[in-house]
Amino acid sequence: MIKRRLNIRMSGLGGQGVVTSAHVLAMAASKENKWSISNPFFGAEKRMAPAEAYTRIGIDRIYDRGELVYPDAIIVFHPQVITMQKSYTAPFYSGVKNGGLLIINSDVPLLSKEDKASLVKLNVSTFYVSATKIAIDIAGTELATNMALIGSVAGITGCVSLQSLDLALQDRFGKKYVASGGTATLDEAIKKKFAKKEQLLAKNLATVTHAYERAGAWANDNKYELMVAAA
Amino acid sequence: MTTTALIGTKNKKGQVYTDPNEIFFEAPRDASFLTGSEIIKEAIKRSSCEMSVAYPITPQSEAASLIGELFAEGYVDIYSRGASEFDVMSICAGGSFGGSRCFTTTAGPGTLRAMENFPMWAGSRLPIQVCITCRGINSPLSIQPDTLELYYMLETGCLIWHAETAQDLFDFIMKGFVVAEQPDVHLPIAVACDGFFVTHTKDVVMMTPDDMCLPRYDPYRSPVPCMDMECPPVRMMRDPFVMKNNYISYATHASWQQEVRAAIERSRKHTEVLLDGLIEIENGDAEVLIVSSGTAVSQGRETITLMKDEGFDVGLVKIKTLRPFPTEEIKAATRNAKRIFVPEFNVAGWLAREVKAVVEDNQRVVAGPHVGGGMTMPPEVVMERILRTLKADKEELSHV
Repeated sequence: MIKRRLNIRMSGLGGQGVVTSAHVLAMAASKENKWSISNPFFGAEKRMAPAEAYTRIGIDRIYDRGELVYPDAIIVFHPQVITMQKSYTAPFYSGVKNGGLLIINSDVPLLSKEDKASLVKLNVSTFYVSATKIAIDIAGTELATNMALIGSVAGITGCVSLQSLDLALQDRFGKKYVASGGTATLDEAIKKKFAKKEQLLAKNLATVTHAYERAGAWANDNKYELMVAAA
Repeated sequence: MTTTALIGTKNKKGQVYTDPNEIFFEAPRDASFLTGSEIIKEAIKRSSCEMSVAYPITPQSEAASLIGELFAEGYVDIYSRGASEFDVMSICAGGSFGGSRCFTTTAGPGTLRAMENFPMWAGSRLPIQVCITCRGINSPLSIQPDTLELYYMLETGCLIWHAETAQDLFDFIMKGFVVAEQPDVHLPIAVACDGFFVTHTKDVVMMTPDDMCLPRYDPYRSPVPCMDMECPPVRMMRDPFVMKNNYISYATHASWQQEVRAAIERSRKHTEVLLDGLIEIENGDAEVLIVSSGTAVSQGRETITLMKDEGFDVGLVKIKTLRPFPTEEIKAATRNAKRIFVPEFNVAGWLAREVKAVVEDNQRVVAGPHVGGGMTMPPEVVMERILRTLKADKEELSHV
C-alpha cells in the first residue's frame, strides 16, 4: 500500500524516549524534503506513566496536529502498553487503519485471542521485535530501545532512509538541544554512558541500522508493503 | 535620538537594527524544523526585547527558560523570575512604565492568576506582549491544550492574535510588537497559540536572518505621559481629580474604557498591512464554510481535503485577530454560505458566539464541533458534524 501520508503512533512509557523518537523520525523526513510534523502527548511528566508521540510524514503539506486517532502504524515501546493498558486509547490499537502495521517491543507474544481476531479483521500485520535486547546487545544500554524501534518502522516502511536518520541523530544528540527538565536529565544519563558524544552517535546509528535491516527483511519475507509515495 | 534613527547600526550582539518592513517582506528566509517553544525564542532574539519576566511552568512550554538563555547570551537586557504569574505581570508593568520592550509567557491557570494585570496594562497603555500558550484551566490540573482562557481575555483591552501554526507564532510575535507600540494603538498584545499543538510540535518555519532585529521601543512615542522624573508613576495610577469626585471619576473611566477599545480598532490599519488582512479565506465560494482560529483552522484545512475526496465542497475562513474582531470581514466572507461551522478547542464555544453576533441570518452558524480538556479534534470529527448537519437540513427540506 502506497500512501500520500503515513501516520505513526508511538505508545510507550515516560522515560523511554518516545517523544525523542517521534521528533527524530520527523526530522529525518524533513532532511529528505518530505513534509513531516511530530508532536507529543503526555501528562505531568513522570517515568513509567503513559507517554505518546506522533509522527506524520507525507508528500503534501501537513496541517493535522494532536493525538493520532487513525494511525497507519503503531509502535508499542513497552509491554505494559498492552498488558496494563498504558495507552491513551483502549484498546491500544484503536483506530488503526485497514492494512496497517503494529510493531511491538517484546520477546514474547502479548496479544490476546480477541486482539488477534480484531487485527486480522483489519488486515493489520504485527512485527515483534526485541528492541530492548537489541539496544543492550549493540549499544550496551536499554536507553537505546527507541533507536531500535525507529529503525524498525523505517526499515519496514522506508518512510525515511538510514542516511536521513543519521543526520537527524546528529542534530538531536550532536548539538545543544532544547529539552524539558526530565528529558535533559535523561539526555545527560545517556551521554554519561559513553565516553564521547561521537561514540553515542555511532552506537545509536548501529542500533538503528541493525533494526532497520532486520525489519526490512521481515517486510520482504512477508511481502508487507506500507510506504509513502515518492514526492 | 529616536530609535528609528538607529536603523542600519548594530546592537551589542552585532545584529543590525532594520526597518520592520524590510525584515518582514524583503529579507530572505530560511527553513528550520523547530518546536513552537524554540520559535518563541527565535522571534524574541530578533525583536530587540529589553526585558522578560518568567514564571517557568514547563511542560506548558520551554519558552521562558529559552529566553533565559537569550539573556545569558546578551540578547535580552533584563530577565527575572516572578513569585507567581500575578507577580510576573506586575513586574512587566514596571518594566514597560520604565520604557522597556517587555515580553512574557503564560498559560491556563497562570493566565487566570495574572488576570487583574491585563486590563491594568491596557488602561495604562503599556504595549507589553504576553504569549499565551493555551492549556486547560480546570481542576483537576490539566496541562493539555484548551482555549477556554482566551474567552476570559476578550474584554481585557488587550489586542489578541491567535496563531494557527509555529510559522504564525514567529511572525505574530515580531509583528505584534510593531502594531502594539504604534502611538495611536499603544496597547498590550496577547499572542496566543495552542499548547502542545504548537508549542511541542516540530514543524517547518521560514525564519528571517538572525543578524537583523527590530528597532528598539521608543517610550516617548507613547500617547500618555511617559514615566520619568517629571512624571512619577503615582500621577498615572491615582490622579487626584479622578479620585475626589465620583461623577468625574465615572466619566473618566467610562471614556477611558471606550478609548482603549477605540485604540484596538485603530490597530486594524497597521495589522491589515502586516498580517495581510485580519482573516484568510480558502475556497471562500463554497456553500459550507468553516470559520475558526488557532489549531482548529489547521484541522479545518484537513477537513476540506477529506471532504473533497468525498465529493463535498467546503471552504474556510481563518480568523487571525480576535481583538480587533474582524466583524465586517467575516460578514462579507460568509454572506453566501448556507452553513457556517465553528470548530473549537473549548467547552464554551466562545468563538461561535462571537461569530453569531456578527453574521447576518445567524441560524446558519453551527457551534461545533467542540473538544475540551486537551482532546484532539481529528478532521474526521469535523467532517462527521458537517455531514450530519447537511443531512438534517436535507431531511427538513424534504418535509416542507
